[in-house]
Amino acid sequence: MSDLPFTEEEAGVQRQVTQGVTRRPVSRRRQATLFGVWRLAILIVVAGIVLLPLLATVLGGFKTLGELQTNPLGLPHVWRWRNYWEILSSLRYWRVLGNSLFIAGFTVALTVALASTAAFAFAHLRFFGRRFLFNYLVLGLMFPAAAAILPLFIRVRQLGLVDTPWGVILPQVAFGLAMGVLLMRNAYRQLPSELLDAALVDGCGYMRYFVHITLPLSRPILATVGIIAFVGSWNNYLVPLIMLDTNTLYPWPLGLMDYEGQYSTSWQLVLAFITLTILPAIIMFVMAQKYIVEGLTAGAVKG
Amino acid sequence: MSGVVIRPGRRDAGALVTALIFVPPAVLLFTIFVILPLGEAAWFSLFNWNGLGWPHIFLGLENYARLFNNDDFQTAFINNLLIIVFSIAIQLPLGLGMALLLARRAWGAVAFRLIFFLPYVLADVAAGLIFRFIFDGNYGPVSAVVQAFGGQPLFMLASPSLAFTALIIVVVWKYFGFHMMLYIAGLQGIDRQLYEAAEIDGATAFQRFRSITIPQLAPMIKLSVFFSVIGALQLFDMVIPLTGGGPFEQTNTMVSFMYNFGITRMRVGYGSAVGVVLFIVCVTFALFYQRFLMRDE
Repeated sequence: MSDLPFTEEEAGVQRQVTQGVTRRPVSRRRQATLFGVWRLAILIVVAGIVLLPLLATVLGGFKTLGELQTNPLGLPHVWRWRNYWEILSSLRYWRVLGNSLFIAGFTVALTVALASTAAFAFAHLRFFGRRFLFNYLVLGLMFPAAAAILPLFIRVRQLGLVDTPWGVILPQVAFGLAMGVLLMRNAYRQLPSELLDAALVDGCGYMRYFVHITLPLSRPILATVGIIAFVGSWNNYLVPLIMLDTNTLYPWPLGLMDYEGQYSTSWQLVLAFITLTILPAIIMFVMAQKYIVEGLTAGAVKG
Repeated sequence: MSGVVIRPGRRDAGALVTALIFVPPAVLLFTIFVILPLGEAAWFSLFNWNGLGWPHIFLGLENYARLFNNDDFQTAFINNLLIIVFSIAIQLPLGLGMALLLARRAWGAVAFRLIFFLPYVLADVAAGLIFRFIFDGNYGPVSAVVQAFGGQPLFMLASPSLAFTALIIVVVWKYFGFHMMLYIAGLQGIDRQLYEAAEIDGATAFQRFRSITIPQLAPMIKLSVFFSVIGALQLFDMVIPLTGGGPFEQTNTMVSFMYNFGITRMRVGYGSAVGVVLFIVCVTFALFYQRFLMRDE
């Protein structure tokens, strides 16, 4: 086992050795190894800086307040699982996660449903005002939700939706539509048009074509739009902050701030609560990292 | 043949019906919750209104005059500009550097990429709160390190300039991984033959970087600058848990100013005026940027 090369550079070294090397490749090889070491050192330092705050947070949740003061970075002397158990066994924790899941679930479902149908019409159908309406919807890409948040609150109040999850869901969907419609229309247009012609000649209607051909063929883009909508909703703070009053309706970012407000003198509890509320996102990220990274960056690049 | 001739008529009718079912829900929702509120923001910003009843105390442009004469708003506006400058100056080179180290499919590269991208998927609120602990004078690790070297406890978030530095650090910590991913996507799209040709012609590593990598990455660099600017202009979630805009309202952004002075006090007109300024800045930037820099896309 120990003979196996660990890095490309080492592999290269071995290859050169077996081939019998002259002087020049030796100096080159040394340069390459040196660069490899430096490269790794830089990466490890940056990774350390990225991970340390998270590590300190997780570990802090195991300490007492007193230990936090004397030992904020190291491992806890005694692992106090109680901080975590108390939160895990509280209704409050599961409720904020449940609220977030409810809001994010409906945000994703509605965004995907409305964006995919509208995008289908813009991609394949000819109707009066198609161009105008498409450009109108895509304008939304430029509009920051924060700019209209006060009138948005007034409107949601008029509709009687303040302090309900729908007062959060509907604005989130509305602000996510522009990106969804743009990404999906572009993806639908990549599907061969002969497919649609053939289906229509065979007497398949547009809606059946949409449900049975377009949707199954464009799963990747549906996933991308869904992931963008989910992450956006899961992490959203401003919209629920404005729309919700009752703390039993709070999604987790509001619940976290609420908890922090209540236990601001007990950092160890706040740290445990932070850890447990960001845990679902971390688990989802680790499990579906490929899709999440691709979804979030592809959305940015294509949008 | 006859079928094909007949069907276009039916097709148009079917298309129209389908469009009538598929398009209005999206357009309606978008109009009600995006376009109308933006228009109303412009209208409300001309009034002194506490959000109850209907606005009737007409002020004209007085809200805007008050806004621009307000020291705290000026600070917030300048903070937004500084965040733009610093986030571009720090996180873009950092993102590009990491991308250059990690673009090849080498052992461990994927793990590093994921680590650097991880903060991006965490909520700004969580990031802000985590760093409030990190920079806390009594319990935070940074202060502990300072004390270990014989210094006094460091209350970074209690000093205006240090608190602003802290904000920049959190922004970079959270977002450089996203920019790195953009650059990696860009780097992987560069034709390797360009490098091979340059190497044969005797170009040094630096020359190759300057004459191939940078020009080939230009679209991604433009995109990355675009996201930095738009993100910095809208920054809010992170500010509230980290500093709340303080100390002495010195670390506000436009949106946190709007929250602290417009929303929490239900000054709808005044807050809307902030929203309109934010809107104008964002849209002007986006239009200019797209017109002059992102023409090819």
